[in-house]
Amino acid sequence: MKMTGAQALIKALEMENTEVMFGLPGGCILPAYDPLLDSSIRHILVRHEQGAGHMAEGYAHVTGRPGVAMVTSGPAATNMVTPLCDAYMDSIPMVCITGQVATYAIGTDAFQECDTVGITRSVTKHNELVMTAQDLPMAVRQAFHIATTGRPGPTLIDIPKDCLTNTMDWHWPTDAEVIDSLPGYRPNMKGHPRMIKEAARLILESERPILYVGGGVLKARAAEALRELAEITQIHVVTTLMARGAFPDSHPLCLGMPGMHGTASATTAMQKSDLLIALGARFDDRITGKVSAFAQEAKIIHVDIDPAEQGKVRRPDVPIVGDCRLVIEEIVKAIKDLRNGGTEQADTSAWKSRISGWREQFPLSYEPSQPGEELKPQFCLEALRDSAPEDTILVSGVGQHQMWSSQYWNFERPYTWVNSGGLGTMGFSVPAAIGAKVGRPESTVWAIDGDGCFQMTAQELVTASLERIPVKVAILNNSYLGMVRQWQEMFYEERYSEVYLSPEVPDFVKWAEAMGCVGIRVDSPEEVQPAIDKANGVDDRPVVVDFRVAASEKVFPMVPAGAGNDDLLLPPSQMARKEFLR
Amino acid sequence: MSVASTTTQPSYHILSVLVQNRPGVLARVASLFARRGYNIFSLAVAPTEDDALSRITIVVDVESAPVEQVVKQLFKLIEVVKISELDPRRSVERELILATVRVTSENRGQVVELTNIFEGKILAVGVEAITVSLDGNPDKLDDFEDLLRGYGIVELQRTGRVALPKLDREARLRAVKGKAV
Repeated sequence: MKMTGAQALIKALEMENTEVMFGLPGGCILPAYDPLLDSSIRHILVRHEQGAGHMAEGYAHVTGRPGVAMVTSGPAATNMVTPLCDAYMDSIPMVCITGQVATYAIGTDAFQECDTVGITRSVTKHNELVMTAQDLPMAVRQAFHIATTGRPGPTLIDIPKDCLTNTMDWHWPTDAEVIDSLPGYRPNMKGHPRMIKEAARLILESERPILYVGGGVLKARAAEALRELAEITQIHVVTTLMARGAFPDSHPLCLGMPGMHGTASATTAMQKSDLLIALGARFDDRITGKVSAFAQEAKIIHVDIDPAEQGKVRRPDVPIVGDCRLVIEEIVKAIKDLRNGGTEQADTSAWKSRISGWREQFPLSYEPSQPGEELKPQFCLEALRDSAPEDTILVSGVGQHQMWSSQYWNFERPYTWVNSGGLGTMGFSVPAAIGAKVGRPESTVWAIDGDGCFQMTAQELVTASLERIPVKVAILNNSYLGMVRQWQEMFYEERYSEVYLSPEVPDFVKWAEAMGCVGIRVDSPEEVQPAIDKANGVDDRPVVVDFRVAASEKVFPMVPAGAGNDDLLLPPSQMARKEFLR
Repeated sequence: MSVASTTTQPSYHILSVLVQNRPGVLARVASLFARRGYNIFSLAVAPTEDDALSRITIVVDVESAPVEQVVKQLFKLIEVVKISELDPRRSVERELILATVRVTSENRGQVVELTNIFEGKILAVGVEAITVSLDGNPDKLDDFEDLLRGYGIVELQRTGRVALPKLDREARLRAVKGKAV
């Protein structure tokens, strides 16, 4: 069947079960937008290309399916660099399509030409400049295959305008053809049986084990397998920022988030452990603190689908390359086999009582405000949490509000937490929340944002209003770049440099209303609950709640950058009993 | 440019990387090295016996990064099909040098003699300069280059090394034995 490259592109996206794409047209990608009119694919027209990228990420986070974004060449492609890098750092499956100047114009510095594949090479799992219309279906198949298999990540297809307008013979490559076309790409799914046995043996021998759970567990859809492993061994679980929700916070074995702003019990349990069972986690510097001082007595079992993560930061005693779900299931089997053979698990009771001591002594805490005092951001989060409908998805930007969100929310189910972990992209939350709501329209989506973050991408609320995507945004507004302010207070002798925004400008309520949203301002603790109730009652348009919170509030616990995890700073009210943290 | 002697613990490692012969592959490899802070001593690329594949021979400074990480990161590139780590002590290495050397009528003969001793070739002879070439083990090329320097080098170009694993005695004689039986 003859068709244009543009028709083939849209047809190929349909064949890949694309239900929605986020984008903004322009010169070079124009031909692809014509057949889109006749397609089953819903297109969401953004106000800035970066928004399209983060929406695709938010969609992918909550659905597990690849997010698709389509934009034009040049400046549109460069605007996509941040979301691509964000998706690459957090292993989010995403397919990005960019227009390019016609093949005959490439290299001439043509209007809106840029070296898109060159610029995005180091922020994509793979990218490809297609040079003929005939190659388009294969390029699309490869892009989806690579984005969604192995360690997921973003892929990009750069398509010159003449490849979209030229005619081609439709051919949809078979699975075998796709695999054969990528001889160097064979992700290893099954763990090595000998290593799995060794892991099971170490787990049963350990007296102070901890399950160190990272985002890979969610990517592998391994939450159930993880729960079985934790329950049959009664080993405590820490969930990293990328893994919140992979294990229920209400579970007695859950210690919450470890690391720079983790709970004292999670961070210390890792630190004092004799066996860290790392599942889809990458020993990020925000987790380990100073690497040489990190969990010095622990042996390491490291399960990761990406071989390059093994030994990148910490040499594992038992490296297992494979899909987290398959490997955890095999480890569970191996443990059961060992037990059936008479092997008993080591006595972990002393360890468990130490952990429960830490949990009692060092819960997350803040000083609640007295009547007439400023609103506390943690209080707002607790109120939002307690009023949130079941299965609410929480999305956050980057900074203090992100850490408080991770700390004070209760994550009970997988895929209810969306944030920018690796790249730490301010402005992530509004567009990512829109993408999440598109992917899971039946769930309430709350975006927690800072006033700094909000001002980076708020324009996408126009998109949300017009596309009828009723997300809810809570701005924890302290008129500061709060996390930077915290560092300047603690580590730069309170010399505040370029962190003060403004309490007057912008007027967030008016701004929200101008974008077609409901805007609510909250100044005092008594106003919190009525505002949240009102926001939860709106379901026909986006809502923005401007919570005016105390600027001096800091995130605790905190491990100062470069320090070891033993040197964590507790909230001032707990500092006096720090000696119990051993 | 010169690397440590092959007889001691080498500070470099040779990676023989088989890649799909497609546009941009070399840029991917090069940008990965730059991005991760790995140092390259030399790099040579050419098609192989199979049109679909090229071989990139990379000499890596193992003091800049553990070779295991370099290999794993390289293997994440979709177009990298196979990577062999060649221990310099168990591989054959070859490189080519081209050099134009300043000469006078008095010492031209010395350069010619030197080139002949090294079993190199005289490619062009002029009144004030002579161009020579030599291929062989990179260590031998280092020596040759050092000796030429005394005369004054006008221009010099080396290719970077290419390498393959050494065949051990068993592998070399396998076919012969097969025939003998």
